[in-house]
Amino acid sequence: MTPENRAAYWRANLRLVAACMAAWFLCSYGFGILLVDQLNNIRIGGFQLGFWFAQQGSIYVFVFLIFFYAWRMNKMDRKYDVHED
Amino acid sequence: MELKSLTYLLVGASFALYIGIAIWARAHNTRDFYIAGKSVSPIANGMATAADWMSAASFISMAGLIAFLGYDGSVYLMGWTGGYVLLALFLAPYLRKFGKFTVPEFIAERYYSGAARIVAVICLIVISFTYVAGQMRGVGIVFSRFLEVDVTVGLMIGMGVVFTYAVLGGMKGITYTQVAQYCVLIFAYTVPAIFIAIQLTGNAIPQLAFGSEIAGTDVSLLDKLDDIVTSLGFNQYTSGTKSRIDVFCITLALMAGTAGLPHVIVRFFTVPTVRDARTSAGYALLFIAILYTTAPAVGAMARYNLIETLQPGVVGSVDGNLSYSERPSWFDTWEKTGLVTFNDKNNDGRIQYYNDKNPAFAATATSYGWAGNELSVDRDIMVLANPEIAGLPNWVIALVAAGGVAAALSTAAGLLLVISAAISHDLIKGIFAQGISERQELLAGRIAAAVAILVAGYLGFDPPGWVAQVVAFAFGLAAASLFPAILLGIFVKRINKQGAIAGMVTGLLFTYGYIEYFKGLFLKWAGSPWGGNVAEQWLFGISPEGIGVIGMLLNIVVAFAVSYSTAPPPSHIQEIVEHIRIPRSA
Repeated sequence: MTPENRAAYWRANLRLVAACMAAWFLCSYGFGILLVDQLNNIRIGGFQLGFWFAQQGSIYVFVFLIFFYAWRMNKMDRKYDVHED
Repeated sequence: MELKSLTYLLVGASFALYIGIAIWARAHNTRDFYIAGKSVSPIANGMATAADWMSAASFISMAGLIAFLGYDGSVYLMGWTGGYVLLALFLAPYLRKFGKFTVPEFIAERYYSGAARIVAVICLIVISFTYVAGQMRGVGIVFSRFLEVDVTVGLMIGMGVVFTYAVLGGMKGITYTQVAQYCVLIFAYTVPAIFIAIQLTGNAIPQLAFGSEIAGTDVSLLDKLDDIVTSLGFNQYTSGTKSRIDVFCITLALMAGTAGLPHVIVRFFTVPTVRDARTSAGYALLFIAILYTTAPAVGAMARYNLIETLQPGVVGSVDGNLSYSERPSWFDTWEKTGLVTFNDKNNDGRIQYYNDKNPAFAATATSYGWAGNELSVDRDIMVLANPEIAGLPNWVIALVAAGGVAAALSTAAGLLLVISAAISHDLIKGIFAQGISERQELLAGRIAAAVAILVAGYLGFDPPGWVAQVVAFAFGLAAASLFPAILLGIFVKRINKQGAIAGMVTGLLFTYGYIEYFKGLFLKWAGSPWGGNVAEQWLFGISPEGIGVIGMLLNIVVAFAVSYSTAPPPSHIQEIVEHIRIPRSA
């Protein structure tokens, strides 16, 4: 594969990583820690929303993010023709 | 059947299962011993990673910590799960592509240096032994309470079982026993949680029951909990007391530490392809999330049940507190272990449980005729005592005991394996005796595993603190040393040998020194801790649990500064970096 292709693959990977990390940060550090007091004014059932993000929501988002990243990367591997087998 | 015989039966059956699997999956060569022959399916590896990961701290201590910390306990929930995102996005696929046996081996090749390898081995050994001490204490607690044997005997039995399958089976044996251990521990964790959720709220799913109304009322569990804990002078359950910066730093230190723990990283060396490494991280976190989203529900329900038991009547009324003579039987059994203690300070024969450290509540307490908090409950017992407090059948209690042992043993085995691999593969084969044959190396690995088990057992007799806290230190050290070194090694080509070594040493020494200074770790004999462990004395108000973040930043800054003021790494190293960034083999 050409060096340009290789560099393009790596840039695309870094963009995807950056997007996932933004979501990762927002749901845990943002909603669960920095904005927790503001979000706690909103209620979902018996939960205050900020507390829910800190003890439940952030974890669900983490699981989703890893599978999302794996799915997108596996597709990208094929697009740039760097996949295994 | 009586509880003790049931417990013997369940714990004994689980041991027989683990040893049976170990014999079936024993290691024939070093590839099997270190990385299970690279043949583990992503789902099995996900389960094994989850069991490896969820230690005595997760199983036994975490819900208890959350029960008493409330919102502040979120640092453990987010910290110990969010790290998998870092692992999946930054490390796992690349280290799998690199395709060697150990973490120090990656450091050695990427930084073309035996010295870097030795620094990495030292980081790894300090981290792993700190962590394993906590596991051994977990085994001791379970054995002394449920099998009513001496803690020493309990430790010996635990060591014997780990010895059998770690020494015999290596990574291959450990992987498949961990799959079994995951099933035991997750079943043991969720069954009582479901029972208690139904009892309290009528909703069988703990994650939902947690936010539901208490059965027969229109008040939600969390609101009721906020209400009763504040009426006893405690802090509100759903809001915290830790400073924002400390919560932020502890969470980040735990996340980066998770991604830098050698026994977790090495699990991703065992899958067949890079693609599998990515998906496997997702499965691992999915399996972990089942426990980690149940734990806060268990914590809240346990706190509620405990207070309802002790304070059945109106707060402050003469007969509002439980009379000691009417105490339930679980209270008695845990009192014998010394983990629950009662001291009738006002001699009224009733148990007053409240926050006597809260000056704003002192006058109210005095007006009730209370002379101080009379009950102390060790946080580590909350999960283990929870089924008894809720009055669940004996087989559930026995199951929890088997689950606790599974959690502690699976993590201990994973840790012992990385220690032994670091010694036999990195130190002996990699540096001191490069000429040894594969059979000799395998033997060296087995001997190293055996010695590591003995040291771990010894540390388990006198661990430096409660389980979850000891473990938190291992994370700080991993966050400050190994995680940045591996991350920079993959993402920044310009980082060279000098930069990486200087960074790791700075991060490790700074973090270790800070923790030793405020908490005391290995130098207790020399008079540590020397500093008062209070927020006013901490650097930027960051507690020892969160200081790994500063150690990590120092590591990165030093690594960049030193690398850019020395020669760039040789071109074949830059090619290695290019190579690991692309899944397909060249």
